[in-house]
Amino acid sequence: MNLTSETKVTPELVRDHNLTPEEYERIRQILGREPTYTELGIFSVMWSEHCSYKNTKPLLKGFPTQSPRILVGAGEENAGIMDIGDGLAIAFKIESHNHPSAVEPFQGAATGVGGIIRDIFTMGARPVCAVNSLRFGPIVEEEVSLHTAAAPRGKGAEAAMANGRLQMANNKRLFAGVVAGIAHYGNCFGIPTIAGEVYFDESYEGNPLVNAFCLGVLRHEQIARGAAKGTGNPVFYVGPATGRDGLAGAAFASQDLTEESAEIQRGAVQVADPFMEKLVCEACLELLATGAVAGMQDMGAAGLTCSTCETAARAGTGIEIELSQVPQRAPNMTPYEIMLSESQERMLIIVRRGREDEVKRVFEKWDLPWAQIGVVTDTGRMVVKNHGQVVADIPARKLADEAPIYQRESRPPSYLQEVRGFSLDSLPDTADPVPDLKALLAWPSIASKNWVYRQYDHTVRANSVVGPGSDAAVLRIKEDSLPPVDENPKSEIRNPKSEKFIALSVDCNAAYVYLDPCEGGKIAVAEAARNLACTGATPLGITDNLNFGNPHNPEIFYQLRRAVDGLAEACRAFEVPVTGGNVSLYNQSPAGPIDPTPTVAMVGLIERPEHITTQWFKDEGDAIFLLGDLIDLKDPLFGLGGSAYLRRIHRLKTGLPPRCELNSEKRLHDALRTLIRAGLIKSAHDCSEGGLAVALAEGCLSHQVARDTSRLNGASIDLTEFPAARLDALLFGETQGRVVVSAAPAAALEILERAKVLGVAATRLGRVGGDQLRIKTGRRELTWYLRELHDLWWNSIARAMK
Amino acid sequence: MNFAVLQFPASNCDQDAVHAIRVLGHKSRYVWHKEKSLSDADAVIVPGGFSYGDYLRCGAIARFSPVMQAVQQFAANGGLVLGICNGFQILCEAGLLPGALIRNRSLQFRCELVYLKTLTTDSPFSNLAPPGELLRIPVAHGEGCYFADEATLAKLKAKRQILWLYCNDRGEATQSAAPNGSLWNIAGICNERRNVGALMPHPERACETLLGSADGRLIFESMVRALEMRTEAQAA
Repeated sequence: MNLTSETKVTPELVRDHNLTPEEYERIRQILGREPTYTELGIFSVMWSEHCSYKNTKPLLKGFPTQSPRILVGAGEENAGIMDIGDGLAIAFKIESHNHPSAVEPFQGAATGVGGIIRDIFTMGARPVCAVNSLRFGPIVEEEVSLHTAAAPRGKGAEAAMANGRLQMANNKRLFAGVVAGIAHYGNCFGIPTIAGEVYFDESYEGNPLVNAFCLGVLRHEQIARGAAKGTGNPVFYVGPATGRDGLAGAAFASQDLTEESAEIQRGAVQVADPFMEKLVCEACLELLATGAVAGMQDMGAAGLTCSTCETAARAGTGIEIELSQVPQRAPNMTPYEIMLSESQERMLIIVRRGREDEVKRVFEKWDLPWAQIGVVTDTGRMVVKNHGQVVADIPARKLADEAPIYQRESRPPSYLQEVRGFSLDSLPDTADPVPDLKALLAWPSIASKNWVYRQYDHTVRANSVVGPGSDAAVLRIKEDSLPPVDENPKSEIRNPKSEKFIALSVDCNAAYVYLDPCEGGKIAVAEAARNLACTGATPLGITDNLNFGNPHNPEIFYQLRRAVDGLAEACRAFEVPVTGGNVSLYNQSPAGPIDPTPTVAMVGLIERPEHITTQWFKDEGDAIFLLGDLIDLKDPLFGLGGSAYLRRIHRLKTGLPPRCELNSEKRLHDALRTLIRAGLIKSAHDCSEGGLAVALAEGCLSHQVARDTSRLNGASIDLTEFPAARLDALLFGETQGRVVVSAAPAAALEILERAKVLGVAATRLGRVGGDQLRIKTGRRELTWYLRELHDLWWNSIARAMK
Repeated sequence: MNFAVLQFPASNCDQDAVHAIRVLGHKSRYVWHKEKSLSDADAVIVPGGFSYGDYLRCGAIARFSPVMQAVQQFAANGGLVLGICNGFQILCEAGLLPGALIRNRSLQFRCELVYLKTLTTDSPFSNLAPPGELLRIPVAHGEGCYFADEATLAKLKAKRQILWLYCNDRGEATQSAAPNGSLWNIAGICNERRNVGALMPHPERACETLLGSADGRLIFESMVRALEMRTEAQAA
C-alpha cells in the first residue's frame, strides 16, 4: 500500500505522543506496517486515557449499569438515556475540562460546557439544563496560613506567606475565570445552569476541577445514534471551519500538569463560540426531525478522528473521508492537524443517501457552514485521504475499541495509617461554639455560592422550579422542553400528557474520599440521594466524574479502586444505575495530587408539583425535627473525622470520616419521601458539611425572595435532653443519614408516629420563629443573630473576590 | 389575541415568550428573522437571547435583519411592540426607543429576582399594574445598565415614558436595588407614542406561581387589554 507520511516516525516522536514502546508495537501489529505520522497522532489520541479508559476500564465494570429505565446504557453512546414515563426520556452526562481550565480558565470552562451540551443534543435530546462541580485552591487568608503552618518561623515564614498570597491570587483568578466562562457559554446558549457545587482546598491549587453536566429531554422514538450506518451514505461536516486550536487536547488531558506542559499546551485550549453551538444544536434537532439522518456524532475530544472511527466502529462499517473537503480556518494545515484539531461546535452527520437536499436546506436556513467530506463504506476501515493521497488506513474497530488495557498496581497510601490513628483525645472540646459557627458559615466551601450562581442564567427556558441554593434543583419538563417533530401532519409523535419534574444534585466531599476512599465514595452517592429525597424526588440514575491523580502511582490507583468500590456499592444499595460518565486522571500539579474527587451527579423524578420541597424554614411556629440519629455512637470520632469543623477550626484534615450505613440511609430517604408525599413536611435539609448547627442555620438563612431580600426565619432548638460527651460533636459532627425537617405543629404527632413505623429515628428539636438561632444544650444556651449570620454566609465569597 | 414572537439566530427566550402567551390563553407565532412580513399579528414581542451572538454590540446586527424592517413599519403604524432583555437592546439599536444598554457596572452577568415599581399605568404595557404594588420578576443579563444623556432622561421623565424602576422591597429606588447600575434605576421604558415598550427583566419567566412569581402576567395582560380597548374604540 502506498501511504504518505509527512514526517518520519521515530522513537522520540512515539514518546512525545505518550505512547509506550509496547503500545507502538501493537499499532504496528494492527497495521501490519509502520504507521504514518497522521496515524501515529490518531492512535495517540484514541488510546489516551480520555478516549480509551485504558487505566480504568476494568474498574468501571464494577458499576451497576442496568435498570428497567435504561434506554441507552453506559459506554454505548455519547450519553446514557433513561425512561421517565409517558414516552419521554432524559439524556444526561458529566464531563471534566480540568486541564484546559487550569491553563486558560475562561475558554477552558466555556468549552467544557459546550462539549457536554453537544454530547446531549448528539443523542437527539434538547439540552434543558446545565449543572457543574468545581474545585479550586483557597481564596481566603485563613486557608493560606493553614497552608504555611508547617513552614519555619522568621524569614522563611514570611516568604512562605508571600508565596501563599501569590497562590491565592492565582486561585481567585482561576475561580473567577472559570465561573465567567461557564456563564458566558451557558447564558448565551440559553440553558439554565440550575445547580452545582464549589469547594476550595489547597490540594486543587494549580489543578482546579471543572466538571460540567448537561441534561436533555426527548421522546423515545427520537433517540439518535452515533453510528455510520448504510454503505454509500454520504458523510457531512457541519459547523465552523477547522483550525489549529485544541490540537490533541485529549492527549493533553491525559498527562500530569506541569508549568512546562501548561505553557506548551496553552495552544491546545479551544476557543468557545456558544452562538455557533446554539445554531448547530437547533439545526441538528430540526434535521433529526426530518428523518434524513442515519447517524450523528459530535467532534469533541480527538475531533474528526474520534467521530469518524467511533461511528464506523459502532455500525460495523467503514468510513472514508477526504480532508481537502474539510473547511479549514488556517492555511496549509497538515492532515495530522486536521485530524487532531479540537476546534469546537463541529458535528459529523451521516445522511441517508438521496436525502442530501433536505439536509442542505436546514443548514442553509441556519446559515451554517457545511461540507460533504466522505462516504460510509463496508470495509471496516477508517480511510483518510488528502487530495487523493491516503494518509491513514486503520481498522476502525481496533482503533476505537481495542486500546490496550492496564491493570495498575494498587497500594494503600501511607498517610492512611496516620488518619486511622487519629483520636479525639488530643483535641480539646470547643471553648465557644458561637464563633465556630460563624467561621464555618463564612468558610467559602460552606458559604452561600450566590456570587457564583447569580452570574449564571438559571431561569431561562421558564422551567426552574427550584434553582440553586437548596439541597437539589428541580426542573420542570414541559412540551417545549422536547426536540421539534416533523411538521408533517401525519406524524404520530405524541406530546406528554402532563408536566414532569426532574431533581438534580451533584455531590462529592473529597476530604472524606481522601481519608477513606471507599467510605467517601459511598457518601458521595448517599449525599446526592439524600439531597434528592429532601426535594421529594426518587433517584433515577447517576453519571460520575472520577477526578484522580496519576494512576501509575499505586497509592493513587488505590484511591481510585476503592472509591469506585464505594460508589458501586452505594449505587446498588439505592438501586441507581450509572449511565455513563468521565474519567479524568493525572490531576496533579508539581505540589502533588488532588484529593480524590469522584463527583456524583444524580438525577431523580418528582411526579407531582405539590411534592417539591425546599430546604428553608417556612412559617413561625412550625415544629423542627431531626430524622436520623443525632450522633453515631459507634463512630469513635462522633462524626468529626474529616469534618469541616476539624478542617476550618482546627486546621486538620484527618481522622476516619463518618460511617455510611447504606441500609439505614436508604430507609431514611424512603421515609422522608413518604412523609413529603403525605403532605406533612414543609422543609427538608440534609446535614452535611458543618453538621447539625450549619444545617439549622441554613434553614434559617437560605430563603432568598429577591435581590437583597431574604426572608430570615429564626429557630429555637432544645438539645438539653441529649447530653453529649462533646459539644463540638453534637453541633458540628457530620454523622451521616440525618435530615432536618420542619412541619406545621399540628402534623408533629403524625410525623413522630409515622417515622417510628417507617423505622427511622425522629426527634423534635424545637420550633421556627424569632430573629435569632438559639440552641440550648445541657451546658449552655447559644444565641446567634440571623442578620449577622446571613451577612457572613451570603457575602463572604463576594468579599474574598473583591 | 395574536402575538408575533421574533426569532433571531440565538434568540433563546423565544420559546419562553410563546409559552407565557399560551399560559395566558392567547395565540402566538414565531417569525424568523429572514421574513419580511408580520402578516396578521396584533402585537410583536422581541424576545431575549444573544441575537447573532451579540459579538459586535448587543442588538447591533439584529436591527438590520429583514424582520426588523417589518417591525419598524408595524410600529410606525401604531402597532404594539414589546422588547424583553435582548429585545430591549435591539429596539434601542433600531432607534425605536431612546438610550442604550451598556455593560452592568459590576461587569458581571446578573440573574436574580428583582422588585419593580410601576411609575405609570398610562401605557399599553402597564395599564393593569395595581398602583403601589411592586412586581417581582427575574433579570438575567450582562448588559442591562440603561444609559442616556441628560436631555433624553429629562424628556423620558417629562413625557412619562419611564414605566418601571428597580426598587427594594419597600419600593425605594435605591442605588443597590438596580442589579446593573442603570441610570435612575430605569428598568423599562416606552416611546413617546407609547406603542413601543421594553424592559430588561423577563416577565415571560414570571407567569406561573410554580416558578416563584406570576407578576409578569400583568405586562402581557396589559397589552391584551390595550388591544381590546383599541378594537372596542374602532367598533364604536
